[in-house]
Parts: sequence; structure tokens; C-alpha cells
Amino acid sequence: MIFNDFNPQEDKILRIIDNDGNVLNKELLPDLDEETLIKAYKAMLYTRTADQMAVSYQRQGRMYTFPPNLGQEAIHTAAGMIIREEDWLVPAFRELGVMLAKGVTMKEIFLYYSGNEHGSNFKQANHVLPICVPIGSQFLHATGIGYSIKYQKKDEVVFPFIGDGGTSEGDFSEALNFAGVWKVPVIYTIQNNQYAISVPVKSQTNSINLAIKALAFGIPGIKVDGNDFFAMYVAYKEAFDYARAGNGAVLIEALTYRKGAHTTSDDPTKYRTKEEEQEWDKTDPLSRMKKYLENNGIRIEDEEKLIEEYKLEIDKQFSEAENFPPYDLDDVFGYMYTDMPEILEKQKADYKLFQRWKENRK
Amino acid sequence: MSVMTIVQAINNALDIKLEEDKSIVVYGEDTGLEGGVFRVTEGLQKKYGVERVFDSPLAESAIVGAGLGMAMSGLRPIVELQFDGFTYPAFNQIISNVSRMHNRSRGKYKVPMVIRFPYGGGINALEHHSESPEALYAHIPGIKVVIPSTPHDAKGLLISAIESDDPVIFMEPKRIYRAIKQEVSDEKFSIPLGKAKVLTEGTDVTVVAFGAMIRECQKALQMAKEAGISVELIDLRTIYPIDKATIAESIKKTGKFIIVAEAPESFGVGAELMAIANEEAFLYLEAPPKRVMGFDTIVPMAKGEPFYLITPDRIFYEIERTVKF
Repeated sequence: MIFNDFNPQEDKILRIIDNDGNVLNKELLPDLDEETLIKAYKAMLYTRTADQMAVSYQRQGRMYTFPPNLGQEAIHTAAGMIIREEDWLVPAFRELGVMLAKGVTMKEIFLYYSGNEHGSNFKQANHVLPICVPIGSQFLHATGIGYSIKYQKKDEVVFPFIGDGGTSEGDFSEALNFAGVWKVPVIYTIQNNQYAISVPVKSQTNSINLAIKALAFGIPGIKVDGNDFFAMYVAYKEAFDYARAGNGAVLIEALTYRKGAHTTSDDPTKYRTKEEEQEWDKTDPLSRMKKYLENNGIRIEDEEKLIEEYKLEIDKQFSEAENFPPYDLDDVFGYMYTDMPEILEKQKADYKLFQRWKENRK
Repeated sequence: MSVMTIVQAINNALDIKLEEDKSIVVYGEDTGLEGGVFRVTEGLQKKYGVERVFDSPLAESAIVGAGLGMAMSGLRPIVELQFDGFTYPAFNQIISNVSRMHNRSRGKYKVPMVIRFPYGGGINALEHHSESPEALYAHIPGIKVVIPSTPHDAKGLLISAIESDDPVIFMEPKRIYRAIKQEVSDEKFSIPLGKAKVLTEGTDVTVVAFGAMIRECQKALQMAKEAGISVELIDLRTIYPIDKATIAESIKKTGKFIIVAEAPESFGVGAELMAIANEEAFLYLEAPPKRVMGFDTIVPMAKGEPFYLITPDRIFYEIERTVKF
């Protein structure tokens, strides 16, 4: 069992391919056919393309603040290949690739980051929670869903995500503690991308790594190279089988690097060096995967053309988001309660009177 | 019909709903085996099993946060927080997640969840055990806040709270948990949320109160009666959404208005009721409305509590002053 072989107390890390795509650990290399590997690479490529386009729409002033995912695609795609339709995704806010894998559309993502709550009502995606901005609080929701699954004897697994900064929140520890006691089928992922906005991991914790925190709660923890698709895939596969078999929760620390800014409002040059960025560039999940594929004679046909196709399709979704019906007063009031209290009816009616007055004044 | 205390009436409501609906789970600190520190859930674990009625680890944020997850995935959790003063670790979950999920997901996820806790002073408790935070919770959009004052209402309102598809904070007046006994129907019945109740009709002055203060007001009403003053007493029952119509109608009739509540006076439910009086019955007011509420101080410990607690004679004192204005 990999959780025993990669003991976080010894600061071991699960890694299967190196930066040049060479296999370091043949025994653990998952048996995936060519078609699946190409599919995985394309999923990462699509995520990266969509992410970069989102940043560019924001730069053009056509969308508001957006948190880029650049550099974290291997985690997303590996999780996305394991998570099933009936499984639950409980995102923080930098899980674009997993959300897409669950059936969330870029149109919805664009709608959300254009300031419209309708972008959080994922029409085709089953069991995906809205993104969660209050840091770490989503981990508890995942624990509760885990309890529901167990209570209702369903065959479902929960996939919550958090960042490295989030592990300092009380809710992180409470969620894992409850999960340990309740033995719930939840795979908790920490995307350790080295920074919580500007604060480095070493300022968050004196622990030797983040996976080790699991041990205090009596659940397995494992540190994984988050930029190594194969390592992430293996970690998720084992965690999934473990949780599904009724053994309880698992904590995965996925070591990665946020190549972009925290959000489009952030300037990383204030807190990190070019040298550091270049060092991490060597571990980039897409180029590593591509090198592995090349080493093994697997070719991605006409990648440039593929990206152009993706761009056209994504741009179409952006247009759909831009042409979404305009925000209405009903959108402000209509969803606060399942049945609107009179107080809200009155506030809405009063505002309509003001609107009418304003119209007549023109 | 059985004679019940508030504790027994709440237990009875939980029992009826647990029996009826398998998606209901009840948990909190000491809630399972022991039946809670006030024994409100006594006997329920034995009857419904440890999967449905249980002790959670001691962490209020997690009790509420996990409850939200359960509510989004097919269960109807009823969670217990042990005391008013221990609800604050859960505040972030309540204000940032529980209250917003329905709105944020545009109705895709409902949050059928009840957060119960005992509130208020008057039991010589330790620090942090005598608080009345109803205004803090009533100020959160997306939440309903309910406070019963009798065994009958406790049962009927709790059943409505459990059946609500919106999250409800259900505050229980611990001071009168066992002080009032009343004939309560053994059958299932519900009392709609958002509706105040006129307990006593009167013509000289309107008094609005809720929870443990109702009993103090009723004692003050006796004194008023002896002094020849006719008081209309209204039990608010639901703090939010507040029943403006019943209050306004009464003020229009009496022209005078007093609010009794044990929370700190400034920015509280009393201030909201004052606003209602002004907005809905301005031309009918014949005297300045008066708040008889807690000071803007920390609730004193037991030795100092007599200064802070609102007594029937203090309520009568303000009734007399307002009527004579």
C-alpha cells in the first residue's frame, strides 16, 4: 500500500516520472493505454488553454477577477479521471480542470467570474458544489457529505480541495478530525502550490510537510509530486479504492507550483524571484507528460491546431456567457429563501417604485 | 394530551420527526448517549440508534459545517450547539456558507437544517452561558430565527423548523426549560414560522416580547391589571422573518409600545421593532416607544445578574410611565 511506502513522517514523496519524462518507478507506473494517455494530455491542454483565455478576457476588461490555474493541471486531470459522475466535487477556487471533468462548462465559469451567481448553478454537472471563497470552510462540507453517503449506504466518494494556506484554518483540522472519527469516504486534497497569495508555506507551518497532519487524525496521508500526472493518478486510484472499500478518509498533499498570480489582481514579482520560477518551470506538468509520451513514441497530432480548435470552442462559450440574460432584480431577491418572506417582497416592490420614478424622470 | 415542559415538548417534536423521516439525524456535543446537558434529546439515541442520534467531536464550526454538507446531500440534520456563548466558532459557517448556499447555487442546493441551542440568563450559570445572540443571527440574510416561549409553541414551531427547506436557528429559553408545564397534544402539529401571536388583548399599551421574557411580562401584566392598565401582549415567536403586520396592527390600536428582551439594547431586536413602529404606525404613536432590554454590557456573572435581568416590576414601571406619558 502506497500510504505505508511513502510515509510523510520520513518526508517521502511519491514520484513516478522525472522532469524529462523518464520513468523513475516502473513498479508504480499505472497501466494506461495510449488512448487514455492522449486523453489525459488533452484534458490538461484544454484546461491550460481555457485558463489562459480566462486571464486574457480579464485583461481585456471583459471579465472580473480570476484565479489562474496555470501549472496545477496534472492534479486536476488525474482527479478528473478517477472521479465518477456520482462522486462529489467540493472545490476551493483553483480546481478548473476537475470542474471541467465533472461537466462544469467554461460558460458557467465565465459567467461566475463575470459576477453572476448563475455561474454557480452547474446545469449538467452532478454533485459539484459552488466554489468556496471562505478559506478552508469547504472541507467541513465534504466531511458532512461523507457522513450522508455512509448513512445512506451509497457508493459515492467525496473529493474536496484546499490550498496550502487553508491548512492553517481551524476548519481544516476539524474536518479531518471528524472524518477520522466518522470514517467517511472522502479524499482530501491539498494543492500545495507554495504560496497563499504572498505567504510561503514555511510561514504557514513548522511541520515537515502538510501530508503529515493526517496522521494526527488517524487517517493516512501522502505527499505526491503534483506536477507528475502518473504519481497523482496512482495516489487518487489508491485513495479512491481505499475510501470506497469503507476504510475511511485519505489526505493527499499534491506538491505543485502556482505559475500564475494568486488572482488577476495579484503581482507575484513582489514576493518571488525569477530564478525560483525558472526552477519550477522545469517541473511543468504538461511538458513532463509530453516528454514521457514522446519517449514512448506517442504523438499528439498537430497540437497547435488542437489549441486553435479549443480556443474557438472556448470563445464560443465566452460569447454565450457574455450574452447571458441581463442581471435582474429577481436575481437579487429570488433565491434567498425557498419561499420569499414578505419583508423581501416589500423591499423588492419598493425598489421597483424607485425604478419607475427614475424612468419617468428621464 | 400530556403535560409537558419545554424540554419534553422539544424532545417529543424530535421524536415524532425522527420516527417519520429517516433522513433526519440529530447530533452535537453530549447530544447522543447523555441526551444533552439539558436532557433535551434524552432517550432518542436508544430509540433511533447511534447513526441517527449521536455525539460529535467537540467543535462547533464542524458541527454546523458538516451539517451543511449533510443537508446538501439528502439528509435533514438537526444539530445542537451546547450553549449560546459557544455558538460563535460556528459563526463563519452560518454566515458564509449555511445561509448562502441556496442563493449562491441559484436554488440547486437547499439547506433543510436546524441549528438548536439554549439561550438566555437567569440560571446562575458560568460565564458564556447566559447570552441572547438572536440579533446577531437575525441579521444574517438567508436564515430564519425562531424562539418559542411555551411547551406548545416549542413543539409546533420546531416541527415547522424541521420541515422548512431553509436553515433555521432555533433558540431555546433555557431559563424556562422546565419552569412552565402545559397540556400539549401528543399528535403531530405545526405552527407556521413568521407569525407572532397576540397572547393577551388590551387597549392601553402594546408589549412585544419573546422567549423567557414572556413569563416576566405576564407577571407585569398582572401588576398592570391591578393598576387598571389594559396591556396587549404579543409573543414574537419568529425573530426573522419578523411579523410586521401583527405588531403594526396592535400599535395602531393602543398608540403605545414597549419592547422587552434580555439582549443588549443597542442594535438589537428592540431597535428593529422601533423601526417597524415608525415605518408602519408613525401617525398612531402617542408616546415614545420604549425598549426594556439588557444593558450594553457583558451579561454579569450570577452575583451581578439581578441588575441585568429584566424583572416584572421593571416592566410594569415602564408600562406605567409609557401609559402616563
